[in-house]
Amino acid sequence: MIKLIAIILALAILLMAIIAVENKKLVVAVIAAGVVSLFASVFYLLLAAPDVAMTEAAIGSGLSTIIFFYVLNKIRKNRKDHA
Amino acid sequence: MEQISLSHIAIIAGILLILIGLWGILTKHNIIRMIVGFSLFDTGIHIVMVGVGYVKGKTAPILDEAVNLKNAAQEIVDPLPQALVLTAIVIGLGITALMLAYALRLYQRNKTLDIKNFNDLKW
Amino acid sequence: MLKKIFVLAILAVFAVMLFRSYGLVGANEELNEIATRYAQKGPEEVGAANLVTAVIVTYRGLDTLGEVTILFLAASIIGFFLKTKQQNEKTSENVRKTSEILETAARVITPVIFLFGVYVFINGHLTPGGGFQGGAILASGLVLMLLANPVKKVNHTIISLLESISGFSFLLLGVLGIILADGFLDNTILGTGDFGELISAGAIPIIYIFIGLKVGSELSGIVSNLQKTQKEEI
Repeated sequence: MIKLIAIILALAILLMAIIAVENKKLVVAVIAAGVVSLFASVFYLLLAAPDVAMTEAAIGSGLSTIIFFYVLNKIRKNRKDHA
Repeated sequence: MEQISLSHIAIIAGILLILIGLWGILTKHNIIRMIVGFSLFDTGIHIVMVGVGYVKGKTAPILDEAVNLKNAAQEIVDPLPQALVLTAIVIGLGITALMLAYALRLYQRNKTLDIKNFNDLKW
Repeated sequence: MLKKIFVLAILAVFAVMLFRSYGLVGANEELNEIATRYAQKGPEEVGAANLVTAVIVTYRGLDTLGEVTILFLAASIIGFFLKTKQQNEKTSENVRKTSEILETAARVITPVIFLFGVYVFINGHLTPGGGFQGGAILASGLVLMLLANPVKKVNHTIISLLESISGFSFLLLGVLGIILADGFLDNTILGTGDFGELISAGAIPIIYIFIGLKVGSELSGIVSNLQKTQKEEI
């Protein structure tokens, strides 16, 4: 039973990773990277590692996405001025 | 289904995530997309490391009422890879933030994010 | 075309390397020797209920010192790179006001987030948690404050002062370990106490408080540096 959940989670991680690298828009890529981090956090919980799951959820899925969006906002604001 | 354990699933998923991240770094032209590839590469390595330390059927390495104190060595998973991965996740965030600061300054200098236009070091 | 073949060759080499090492690692049935020793001697020598905390702070304390150094280096380089000119007060008038739900909810939730972060790193040796998780939660609380109120100026002096004092105290506790006990970052400089109580495991709670404050203020500094660049002109 747990192995079935693990296989489904692994397939979801790989699917979102392919979307993160291949999609044309940058916003979708950054959000997909955040979702990869979220699924990896649940995967760590299945692997009996609660400390690592907490850290990955707080840092990978929270702070990393926010930092990406700050930089993207700055770039898009200036691209609109030029166009 | 009995030969494949949770540890094997984790290691294969991690290795494929490493390969996807590497492919993103090597073939894309946008700097932000390369940084997303780095982040995926990092996550893949961490999944492989925690997967190696998993012991079949045991529980988390915290000694409270659920784990008997005397024979704790028979009931927990390996705590050493988890300690290393904890540090590595925080350092990964620091490096990603540093790369994004560089990308911001590069965009301010050249007004573009395409790496084909940065020819300063080519000879 | 040649570039694509080259990329595929590199990926094939990496794939062969990684899958060959996959064959060496099997499904473990029992712990290896190092982990057995940590599990058997850990509660008496260190006194912490959370074995991952015991490994990070005492058994592999030098790795934690290296991590603290790298994080400090990254935060200071980002602060140096994103240095902006002094902006005057007039540039803040074209920022859109955030919605009312976000402002009101942020005022209620932010103190609870800070309290939860401090709880996580004080109880690091008893339950899952510790300095790094608590620091990340503190930085997330600051991000919520910045999102609800974009014109708020964060006082950079307090953040850098907190970070420097915490880092210095962490090093001081390590050197005290050399003087008074066995080695660097040894936690038996204070007594080990009862197993499972809040005041136990020697100096581990104090070390983790300093690490938690340091990581929290560093990540907050990084986020507020990135937020300050939103207003400047290119």
